[in-house]
This record gives sequence, structure tokens and C-alpha cells, in this order.
Amino acid sequence: MSVNQESSQQAIRRRRWRDIDLRAVAPFVALALLLLVGALVNPNFISINNLANVATRSAFIAIIAVGATFVISSGDLDLSVGAMVAFIASLMILFMNSGVIADPVLMLLAAILFTIVAGALCGLTNGLITTVGKIEPFIATLGTMGIYRGLTTWLSQGGAITLKEPQLQEMYRPAYFGTILGVPVPIVVILAVTAVAAFILYRTRYGRHVVAVGSNRDVARYSGISVNRVRTVAFVIQGLCVAAAVLLYVPRLGSTSATTGILWELQAITAVVVGGTALKGGAGRVWGTICGAFILELVGNIMLLSNFISEYLIGAIQGAIIIIAMLVQRSLVRKS
Amino acid sequence: MTTEVVDGAPVVLSARRISKSFSGVQVLFSVDFELRRGEIHALMGENGAGKSTLVKILSGFEQPTSGEILLDGKSVKLPPDGAAEALGIVIIHQEFNLAEHLTVTESLFLGREVTRFGVLDRRFMRAETRRVLELLGSHVDENAMIGSLSIAEKQMVEIAKAISRDARVVFMDEPTAVLSREETNFLFRLVRKLRDKGTSFVFVSHKLDEVMELTDRVTVLRDGQWIKTAPTSILDGEAIAQLMVGRELSSLYPAKTEPDVDEEVVLRVNSVSTGYVRDASFEVRRGEILGFSGLIGSGRTELMEAVVGLRSRAAGEVLVRGQAVPSGDVHAANKAGLAYMTKDRKAKGLLLNAGMMANLTLQSLGRHARLGYLDPGSEQAALVKARRRFDIRVRDDSVVAGRMSGGNQQKLLLAKVMETDPSIIIIDEPTRGIDVGTKQQIYHFISALARDGRSIIVVSSEMPEIIGLCSRVAVMREGHIAGILEGDEISEQEIMRYAAGLKKKTAA
Repeated sequence: MSVNQESSQQAIRRRRWRDIDLRAVAPFVALALLLLVGALVNPNFISINNLANVATRSAFIAIIAVGATFVISSGDLDLSVGAMVAFIASLMILFMNSGVIADPVLMLLAAILFTIVAGALCGLTNGLITTVGKIEPFIATLGTMGIYRGLTTWLSQGGAITLKEPQLQEMYRPAYFGTILGVPVPIVVILAVTAVAAFILYRTRYGRHVVAVGSNRDVARYSGISVNRVRTVAFVIQGLCVAAAVLLYVPRLGSTSATTGILWELQAITAVVVGGTALKGGAGRVWGTICGAFILELVGNIMLLSNFISEYLIGAIQGAIIIIAMLVQRSLVRKS
Repeated sequence: MTTEVVDGAPVVLSARRISKSFSGVQVLFSVDFELRRGEIHALMGENGAGKSTLVKILSGFEQPTSGEILLDGKSVKLPPDGAAEALGIVIIHQEFNLAEHLTVTESLFLGREVTRFGVLDRRFMRAETRRVLELLGSHVDENAMIGSLSIAEKQMVEIAKAISRDARVVFMDEPTAVLSREETNFLFRLVRKLRDKGTSFVFVSHKLDEVMELTDRVTVLRDGQWIKTAPTSILDGEAIAQLMVGRELSSLYPAKTEPDVDEEVVLRVNSVSTGYVRDASFEVRRGEILGFSGLIGSGRTELMEAVVGLRSRAAGEVLVRGQAVPSGDVHAANKAGLAYMTKDRKAKGLLLNAGMMANLTLQSLGRHARLGYLDPGSEQAALVKARRRFDIRVRDDSVVAGRMSGGNQQKLLLAKVMETDPSIIIIDEPTRGIDVGTKQQIYHFISALARDGRSIIVVSSEMPEIIGLCSRVAVMREGHIAGILEGDEISEQEIMRYAAGLKKKTAA
């Protein structure tokens, strides 16, 4: 009996090895290739210092993209995340500048809580407009993108909003520049956020519902799943991820302006798609998304270190990457 | 009766020793097939026998691994992706290939629009469309939007499309699956008319009676092998079924079990109305199989969706064991023990890109979760159990639902619904598009569930199925229940009388 079980388990393992989904592996292969190219271009590239730097700088996009993975897996799209970063960051700094709480420690904790709630509410707004208002997510979030961006411009009166209290700034700085056991805090945050997201997406009932809703809404509805609730919660998760990114962003510069986070929505969506999540919903890959965000940042870094392509072309290269990623995905689907 | 085709009529299209493998798995083994000019040729076989593959090869959508195809006696390599239409070979798919937002005329001329001086010649195209539709005796408006047509009318447009392209060979895959009896009769008249003018038809269907009625010759495939080709007139339904299955079909339907009269009434539906359904009342006892018959579009599905909360009710109440179930609340209905199994397994029942396990447990994830955390071991155990219980046959566990045969998909869907452990199960079209062998299995599953003390409502357009399974039959017509038949009243003629509005009785 036990022998039988063992051999059948071995068979399952062998089959799993053979059935590896090429689409899930592709982004990691691309990452490995990029690292190789980078090492050939400039020996400094492969140093731990440089790579840690790249990873740190990818943190904002990576964390936002983790949220976008949920929204996209459930078959929706959120274009407002870049504007939302600017809006929530402005609110956070204004809150800290208001001085309603005298004690700096309490003030910082309150500001963090405030930011998280603001993120969740912004996401909830997007979700309710799309589901209750029954408006295409593309249009709904195009609208809120304008609203969040416009409100930021209004709050800053076209200029910058800067954290005034030096004591607060000093205390908050390590949240971006500090290290935990030698690892920069942003990297730790990326890993933590991703691990939690992966757990939710792959190991919980809600995660399974997200994929089902994105795959086929009718099947989900006939299976007794509250489709609108699942979609709305995905938008809220996106809002929470934006809040997490803001919590890292504010201590970095201590300042925001109307141009904060411009085109971040495009980078986040690119990271998700490069990571192997299907843009039409139904398959989410959180670790792939992180990999996609690293790839985007690495490409910029290689261009910077290489000297034979102008770094002003970064936008064009990133645009090309999303198209190439789609073509690769398509060809892999055909084969499997 | 069918007319004999003169023996020796010229052969239009034939296949010689066709074999086909998909990634190492052989699905056709040296199959021969021959289609004469002006005949209707039935292609029969269980699901997975290789009918669809053969049709795809004969219409150019797939290339054979070995063997040759002859068109008018000459060996040809058919062009791929529907380009064989230019050779007069047309396939009418089970799911229509029509864009909802085009008009009938635009659909007919899609991809070969007629132009004059570079501008679309719309008047000519409209006139030509009218001509073809007249030829078919159809009253469909050539300017109507495809989206506004009924399913039967869409089918008519597909056929018109085939004719307007001077089709010599037409493949029809399960054309009557979505048609009512009258619409089917009309289609058959049309097919015969075209046959007499020299068009050849290949008719793929699971409905034995229709094959007997319409076709001139029958070819039976089993497990990818050619079994027999013979004139339909020398066979009978029983013989064809035996050729397909390769064993005797002892009896298609299990013995009926009737619940006692004093058995508890578990479901009581009182005067339910929705947009279309008016004032529908019925009740189901424990262990009973209640049938719902009627023409397509008579409101059966709408009523059932209102009962299980997938659709809100305008009026009326639903009581499960005396407890009222709120309107439009699927969760409450599920909790009360009601479950609905959709007739549209591909669009509404299964996630075609997902594996068996994700599909099986989708509706009942709560059973495998502790505080929202899913236990893969428990899900795996459920799959093993369901596969054994419902005899789901697949090569390995990781296959996605979209790649399974129709019969296995249907069993998986039934298993998925049963995972919620319902006491009242509404099964809409339990055997649509599946083969005789699997049908028989599903009938036995249904019967076993009833003997188990569960109550079952079978909604079906196939009358033999309703008559063979159910102890009482409700007949719907134009949104209301025309009558509920019991015992000796349950016969095709009697059901038809109610369905067509010739007879009526109010529920006692």
C-alpha cells in the first residue's frame, strides 16, 4: 500500500516536471538572460550593490503591480494608480504637516493608518464605479485618474507639497533608506507584500474566485460567486498596494508634486503582463509580476551603464518590451 | 420515407485510409469515408469516436497525418482555415460563426463583398441575399441584425451563406441541438430540397430518430476506427446504437421509482412570475423526478433560474420544506439545498481553461477552506471521489476542462453541482450533445440520486428522455405551465398537445 502510494507520488512529481507551464517560466528565463547581458556589458552591473539598488528602485512599480495583478486577473483594469499615488502621497504629507497630533511617533503612526484607509477608499471608489455603476473599468478608471491627478494639482496649487517637520522626516527616513539584517527595507517590503498576495491568490477561497471571475463571469455567477463583490475587493487590494507604495515613496523625497507617479500605471500593467498574467483575465502570477517589475528596472539600468543607447530612449524600450512580451506569450500558448 | 440514392452516383469527396494523431495520441486509424453527389450521409459515433476530427480533416481545418483526400476523384490537399469554401466545401458549426452586429446581408457577403468602382454595391448584395432566402422559403429580413434573430433563423442564415457560396458539400455538426421540433422539420425539408438539386450533406448527430428520418446512408465510427457504412433503410435505431457502442444497450432508462403519495413535499413554487414567466406553480416530493417539457423559448430555463435565485422574481414565492427562499439570492437558495445545473456547460458551467479540480470545487470551496485557507489535500480527495462516482474518464488529472469530451464535461459539471450536496437538483438539458453511452450513464446517475432521497427536476427538449425518466411531467407554453401530466398521460402525443396549446389544464 505505502509502496504503491510512493510510486504514484513519484509519477505525479515526474508529470509535474513535464507539465511545467512555459508561460509561468518565461519571465524568469528573460530575467536570467538580462542579468547575463548586463554582466557582459559592464562588470559593475552584476555587483550586489548595483542589483540591490535596482531592486530598491523597482519597489514602487513592483508593489503597485502586485495589486494590478488582482485587478487584471479578475478581468478588470485600473488606469488610475499613478494619479492615485500622487493624490494619496499629497494627502499623507498634508496630514503630517497639519500638526493635529503633537507627539511625532503617534503622528507618524496616525499618518500611516490614514494613508492605508485613503488607499482602500480610493480603490473602493474605483470598484464601486465599475461594478455598481456598470461602467467599463477602462473608462471608469480613466475618469478617476483625471480626478485624482486634478485634485493633486489643486492641493499643491501647481507646485510641490513638502514635508515640513524635520523631526518627522528624520524619523521616517529609514522606512526607505534603512536596512533590515543588511537588506534594504524596500526589498523586504516587496517580498512581504508579494508573499501575502501570493498566499491570497493561490491558497484562499477569494483568490480562486478572482481567477474564476476573470476567466468567465457567467460560470462564476452560476457557481454562486458574488461577482461584483470579488471585483470590488480586487480594486480595494489595488488601493492598499498603492498605499503601501506611498508609504515607501514619501520618506524618500519628503515631497510630492502634480507630476508624481506619471505613467506608473503603464509600467505597472507592463510588469503584470511581462510577468505572464493574461490581460484578459483568468490567470494571475504574482511572482511573475515582481519579476516583470525587475526586468523593467534592469533594462533601464543596463542602458544607463552601457553607454551605447541613450537613456532618453528608456520609455521607447519599455514600450517595446510589453509588445515583445505579448508576442512571446502568444507563441507559447500555441505550442502548449 | 427516404429516397434511395441511385447506386453508383458519382463520388464527390472521399477519404482513403486517413489517420490522425494529436501530439502522439492517435485519434483516427486508417478511416475510409465516401460521400456521393446528392446524398445525406450521417456520421455517427460516441463522443471521442473521431467524428469531429474526421469532419475537420475533410473540410481542411486539420491535415491528416497519413492517407489521402479525393475531390472528384483527384487527390487534393485541402487549404486550411476555411479556405476550402472556395472549393465548395462548407462547414456549419454547432456554435454559429456569425457576428451579432452585422445585418443578414453583410453576413452573407462577409469577406467577399461585391463592389462597383471600389464602392460597396449594397443594392446588389441585398437583392442577392433576398433571392437566396426566397430559394430557401425563408421570411428572414435581409436587413435584420443577426443579434435580433432567433437561433433557428441564425441557422437559416448559415445555410443561406453556404448556398450563396455554391456549396457542393455541406457539413452539419449537431444542427438540431438547439432547434424545436417544428424548426427541425423545416430544416429537414430544406436539406432534402437541396439534396435533390445535387448538394451533398454530412450530418453529424446523436439523435437516432433524426438520422433514421433524414439520411440516406450511415457511417459509424468507434474509437477512431471505421466500423460500417450502410444505407439507412436497412438499419434501425437499435442497430446503429449497437454499432456505436459495440455492446448491447440493455436499457437506456433505469426503472422508474415513484415516491409514495404521502412523501414529504420538499419544494413548493407558488405563482412565480418573472419578465416572461407568468403565474407558475408546482411542487416536488422527496425522491421524485419531475420533468419539464415544452418548446424552446417556452420559459422553462427562466422559471428555473428564478426558483434558484439566479434571476429575481416579479411575484410569487418559493418554499423549501416550508421555509421561504428570498428572491434573487443564490446563496440563500444554495443554503436551503437548491442547486441548478446549467444547460450551457461551455459558457456558464465550466471554466474551460482550468483543470478538473478547480472546476469541481469552485461552487463548494467553503468545504475545503479553514478561515479562507484552502486545503489542497481535501480538494484532491474530492476529485478522486468524484471521478470514481461519476466515472469521469481522462488520461491524466491535469487536463483542462475545455479539452475533455462533451460527455466527460457533462459528468464533471454534474459532479461540481453535487459537491454542494443539494437536496433538490434542477438539471437543465442533462444530455445535450453527448453520446448514447454517456446518456445512459447520466440517466442512471439521476435515478440513483432520486433513490437516495434527493428530488430532481429534469428540464429537457428531448421527449424520450422526459418520458423515460420522470414520474410527473409539467409542460410549459409561452411562459406558463400548460399542464402537469401523470401516469398514463405521459406520452409524446399528449405532451405535444399541451406544448402546442391544443390542450390545457390548471394545476390542481
